[in-house]
Amino acid sequence: MKLINKLLLLTCGALVAVATGTVPVLAKETVKLAFIGPLSGGNSAPGIGGRNSTQLAVQLRNADPSAKYIFELVTLDDECKPNIGIQVATKAASDRSIIAGVTHYCSAVGIATVDTYARFGLPVVVWGAILPEITYGNDYHEIHRVNGTMINEGKLAAEFLTKQGFLKYVVVHDTTDYGKGQNKYFSEYLKLAGGEIVATFPVSPDQQDFTAELTKIKELKPDLIMVGGLTPLGVRLRAQMDRVGVTAQLAGVSGIMNAGFLEGAGAAAEGTISFHNGAPITKYEQGQAFLDAYAKAGFREDPDAYGPFAYSAATLIMDAIEKVGPDRAKVKDLLNTTKAYKSLVGEINFDDHRQNILRANVYVAQDGKWVYWPDSEYAASKRKLRLN
Amino acid sequence: MDIGIVAQQLFNGLMLGVIYSMIAVGFSLFFGVLDVIKFSHGDVVTLGSFSALGAAGVSGALFALPPALALLTGLAAAVGAGALAGIVIGRILVIPLRGAPSINVLLATLMAGTVLREAIRLGVPNGGNPKPFPALLPSGMINAGSFSVGIDSVIIVCAGLLLVVGTHLFVTRTRFGLSIRAVAQDDEVARLAGIDQQRVVLGTFALGSGLAAFAGCMLGLYYREISFNMGVLLGIIGFASAVVGGLGSLIGPIIGGFLFAGVQTLVVVAMPISSAYRDVVAFAVIIILIALFPTGIIAEQRSERV
Repeated sequence: MKLINKLLLLTCGALVAVATGTVPVLAKETVKLAFIGPLSGGNSAPGIGGRNSTQLAVQLRNADPSAKYIFELVTLDDECKPNIGIQVATKAASDRSIIAGVTHYCSAVGIATVDTYARFGLPVVVWGAILPEITYGNDYHEIHRVNGTMINEGKLAAEFLTKQGFLKYVVVHDTTDYGKGQNKYFSEYLKLAGGEIVATFPVSPDQQDFTAELTKIKELKPDLIMVGGLTPLGVRLRAQMDRVGVTAQLAGVSGIMNAGFLEGAGAAAEGTISFHNGAPITKYEQGQAFLDAYAKAGFREDPDAYGPFAYSAATLIMDAIEKVGPDRAKVKDLLNTTKAYKSLVGEINFDDHRQNILRANVYVAQDGKWVYWPDSEYAASKRKLRLN
Repeated sequence: MDIGIVAQQLFNGLMLGVIYSMIAVGFSLFFGVLDVIKFSHGDVVTLGSFSALGAAGVSGALFALPPALALLTGLAAAVGAGALAGIVIGRILVIPLRGAPSINVLLATLMAGTVLREAIRLGVPNGGNPKPFPALLPSGMINAGSFSVGIDSVIIVCAGLLLVVGTHLFVTRTRFGLSIRAVAQDDEVARLAGIDQQRVVLGTFALGSGLAAFAGCMLGLYYREISFNMGVLLGIIGFASAVVGGLGSLIGPIIGGFLFAGVQTLVVVAMPISSAYRDVVAFAVIIILIALFPTGIIAEQRSERV
C-alpha cells in the first residue's frame, strides 16, 4: 500500500512539473562537431571564412525544428602550422563528445594530422587543403575531402596557360608540402602541355624580401611567374615585381585566390590568374541562398573562396549524424559511402579514397574581384594579359 | 652576368642592409646602456609601419592631404608610436626588473612583443591579412640598360643611411648622447656626476624604438605591403646583426646588418635553387663569425660603448 502511495505521489509530482514547464519535454541531445582551420596568422582570412560558414551551417540546422539534435561547434585554431595542427587535432580527437570534424585549410597541416584522426577514429571532412596525399597518400577511412586536389588545379593551370601563349615559366614555391606539391604537379603537366620552366625558386613561406629572386627572374625574362604558395607569398611577389621591373604575367593556385591577396596587392593584383576547384558561389543552385543567409547572420568577414566547402562539409556531417546517430564509427561508415549528395558546392561523390570528384576552374583578378574566367573581360578580349 | 643586373643586386643588398642596420642599432643601444636584450624590438618595427599606415590613411582621407604631407604625418605617427612603446616597455618592464636576472627582462620583452603583435592583428580590421601600404613617395624609374630602380627606392636608401649616420652623430656629438655614453660606460659614476639615469634609459629606449618604427615605415614604403607578423624574423635578424657586429657599439650593428644582407643576396644570385637556404646560410655565417669573434667584429674592448 505504501508503495502504491509513493508511486501515486511521484506521478502527480511529475505531472505538475510537466504542466508548469519545469521539466523539458523531449529535449534534443547536443552533439559536438569540431572546426579546425587557421584563425590567426597570414592565412586567417580563409580560415575565418571557413569557420563562419561552418557556424552558419550549424545555426541553420539548429533553427530547423525537424532536426533530431542540437549541434555545438568547437572551434580550434591550427595557425596553419603543422605542430599546432597536431596539438589541436589531438585535442579534438581525444574528446569523445566530438563526433566528427570539419578540418584544415592548409595542406601542410592537413597531411600532418591524418594519422591522429585515424588513431583516435574521428571522422573528418577536409574543407580546404588541396594536397593530394591527404586522401590519396593513405587508406584511412576517417579522412574525407569535399574540395578538390592540386592535381586538378595543376593540370588545368598548365593546359590553360600554355593555350594562352605563355611558354617560358619561372616557378616560385614555398618549401612546405603545399608549395612543393604545387610545383610537382604543375611542372609535370606543363611538360606535357609544351611549356618550359627556366628556373624554380623554392622559398621560405615567411620570406619577405624577394628583390634578389626577382632580379634574377628579370634576367631570365620568363613569360609567366607561377606562384606555388599561399596569400602572403603571392602578395609579396606581386608587390615587389614592379619595383624590380619584372613585367611577366603572374598566376597562382587557389592558395592566393582570396580577398587577402586582392587587398594586399591592391591595384597591382589586376590581371593575376588563379585556379580553383570551386565554381563561383552564385553559379551553384543554393549559392544565392547561402550568401543571403551569410549576410543575415551578420558575420564581419567574407566566406572567402573555401567557405562554401566548409559549409558543405558541415551539412554532410550533420546529415550523416541525423541518419545514424552520434556515433563516430557509424558516421564514418556512412560518410565513406557518400554518392550523389546534393550540397551547396554541387553533387558530392567520394571515390575509393573518399575524395570528392571535381573539376577546376580559371579565375582572373578584375577590378578588385576574382572573376570567373568565362565571365571576365580578359576572356572577351576587352582586356589583355601580360605577354613579353 | 650583365653589369646592370649586378648593379641591381648590389642595390637590393644595400636596401636590405640599411633596414637591418636600423633595427640592429636599437638592440645595441639598449644593450649598451642597460645590458638588456629587448626582444619586442621587431614588433616595434611592425607597430611603426601600422601607425604610419593608419595615420597616412586617416589624414589622407579626412583632409585630402598631398602624398608628401601624408608621408610626413605617417612618419611622425610611426616614430611617435615607436618611441612611446619604447618608453612604456622601458618604464614598466625593463627598469623595474633591473636587479633581476637578464633572462627575466628577455622573457618579459618577448611577451610584450607578442602582446603588441596580437593587438595589431586583433585591433586592425582584418588584421590577419597583409595590408597594402600606399605609395607616398614620387614614382618613376631610373633605367640604365637592364638596371632599373625606383626613385622611391633611392629616397628610402638615402633616408635610411642619413638616419643611421644621424643617430651616430647624436650619440657621439650631443649632450644627451654624452649622457647615454656615460651611463653605458659606468652608471654609478654617471649617477655621481648628476646624470638622471632613468631619463637617459628612457630616452635611449625612445631613440632606439623610434628608429625601429622609422624602419617599419620605410619597409612599408619599399615593399608596399605590411603584415602583423613581419617583425618576428626582422627582430631576430636585427639581433643577430647586432651580436655579430658587436653588441654595445654603434658601428658594429651597421656592419652586421650589411653583412647579413650581403650573404642573403649572394646566396640567391649564386644559385636560384638555393633560395630557400638564404636564411640558413646567413645564420650559419653568423654562427661561424661569432665563434671567430666572440665579442663581435667590432670587439667591445676596442670600441667605445654607446
